[in-house]
Amino acid sequence: MPILEFKNVSKLYDGKTKAIDDLNFKIEEGEFVSIIGPSGAGKSTLLRCINRLVDASVGEIVFDGIEVVQAKGSQLREVRTKSGMIFQHYNLVDRSSVFENVLHGTLGRKGVLAGMLGLYTEEEKLRALEIIEELGLSDQTYKRCDELSGGQKQRVGIARAIMQDPRLLLCDEPIASLDPKSSKVIMDRLYNINKNRRITCIVNLHQVEVARQYSERILGVSDGKIVFDCKPEELTQDIINTIYKSQSDELIMDLSEVGNAA
Amino acid sequence: MQPNSEMNQFLRNKRLSTVIGIAVIFVLYFVAAFVTNFKMNVAVMSFPKAANWIAKYMIPDAQAIERLPRIIEKLTETILVSVAATTIAAVFAFIASIFGSASTKLPKFVNTIVRVIAAFFRNVPDVVWAMILMFSFGQNLLTGFFALFFSTFGMLTRRFIETIDETSKESIEALTACGASFPMIVFQGILPSSISGIITWILYMIETNIRSSTLIGMLTATGIGNLFNIYYNRMQFGSASLIIVLICVIVILIDNLSTIIRRAIN
Repeated sequence: MPILEFKNVSKLYDGKTKAIDDLNFKIEEGEFVSIIGPSGAGKSTLLRCINRLVDASVGEIVFDGIEVVQAKGSQLREVRTKSGMIFQHYNLVDRSSVFENVLHGTLGRKGVLAGMLGLYTEEEKLRALEIIEELGLSDQTYKRCDELSGGQKQRVGIARAIMQDPRLLLCDEPIASLDPKSSKVIMDRLYNINKNRRITCIVNLHQVEVARQYSERILGVSDGKIVFDCKPEELTQDIINTIYKSQSDELIMDLSEVGNAA
Repeated sequence: MQPNSEMNQFLRNKRLSTVIGIAVIFVLYFVAAFVTNFKMNVAVMSFPKAANWIAKYMIPDAQAIERLPRIIEKLTETILVSVAATTIAAVFAFIASIFGSASTKLPKFVNTIVRVIAAFFRNVPDVVWAMILMFSFGQNLLTGFFALFFSTFGMLTRRFIETIDETSKESIEALTACGASFPMIVFQGILPSSISGIITWILYMIETNIRSSTLIGMLTATGIGNLFNIYYNRMQFGSASLIIVLICVIVILIDNLSTIIRRAIN
């Protein structure tokens, strides 16, 4: 059974502009899937329909046996808890510490009062520290997030998502605001999380080479439609040119040339 | 690069719009002055006379110093009413601003209702609130309190909405994606992100309210405003001026204090 399935999903903004248009696809558990396409193609909307940060207008999305589009209340919270999200602009609570931001990953499973007041169990706190250490952020644990570099912030974002113990990671342009070195660190982390923890990853990217290097499967989105769905080795320059309408040169970035960074 | 007409045209247009802008201001001034029969030379000429009068009468005298304890007592009362009205208004304004902010993704009509209510309370000046409330509460400390409370509530709601929209949008999105429920998002996301902006606005409103409460006090016959009114009407300008000096000192003190507090919380 696939972990995620889109059936005839469309999203219309203001009742007319189609951000995504009649999407149909399945994603199997443990896959590392990249979605590539130019800005404004609908990648971000697609991802946000899965955890309902955006409501799909029509169609059916099934995630881990739950019908997402109709989900309400506790079922919707379950969908969001089971799917971690990583953002282009990290979306941390900047004035809170790394520790608190990572603990936010537990909020989906907590009672209202404990969550409001930030009362975490010993177990949760120890687990947060473990994850922080795993991501190499131990020295930053009690620092405020606005003191961190971009790459460090994104690692906090990943730590928060892992804290949720998710079955699916939704990564919306995780490296678009980072320099090549930090980008490689982040992509390597995501790759390892996918392999070691068997968490399914869907990553929106606009760097074609990065997608080719890290993913097992690439979806190409253009004008809200999936224009191809293939293995990275099947991705030819012709296909790339069609989806980017020959503006691809400036979008290519090769992380294999960047040396290993901590 | 070759010289071209576009670069000159661009800069010429810039200069032109500056000149037009300045011309418009002058035209507005002359029209307004003509309609109201305002004469700049008369206004400027009367300055020395006014300064003379102030220098002669508005100097705290021995009688004023004798009255100092009473003045300080009333001043304290006024400050405390301002602080109480501002802080309580801030609590209500924070709750309202959560429902008024577009970032919280509540239905649009909820945002609109809150914004309209806030605009109403804000756009009625506090002195007018005091005059209206006098009918229900009479010349009473409560009248001043509620007048300040209403206008502060309106003002702070508007400012808090802006603060939340500027600082919390991204953390709201992230906590929603974590599965956090609405109250958790408010306490773990919105509050920590916006608290420094919120405190800045509260301190600013306390300062503003001490100034306005003097005026309101004259209407409601309470606090330092009333005392000022009494001395002024008895033509005891020495005592009245001491009150003005003390209010200035307090406002400057609070301004400095809020700078210190802002630095500490940043």
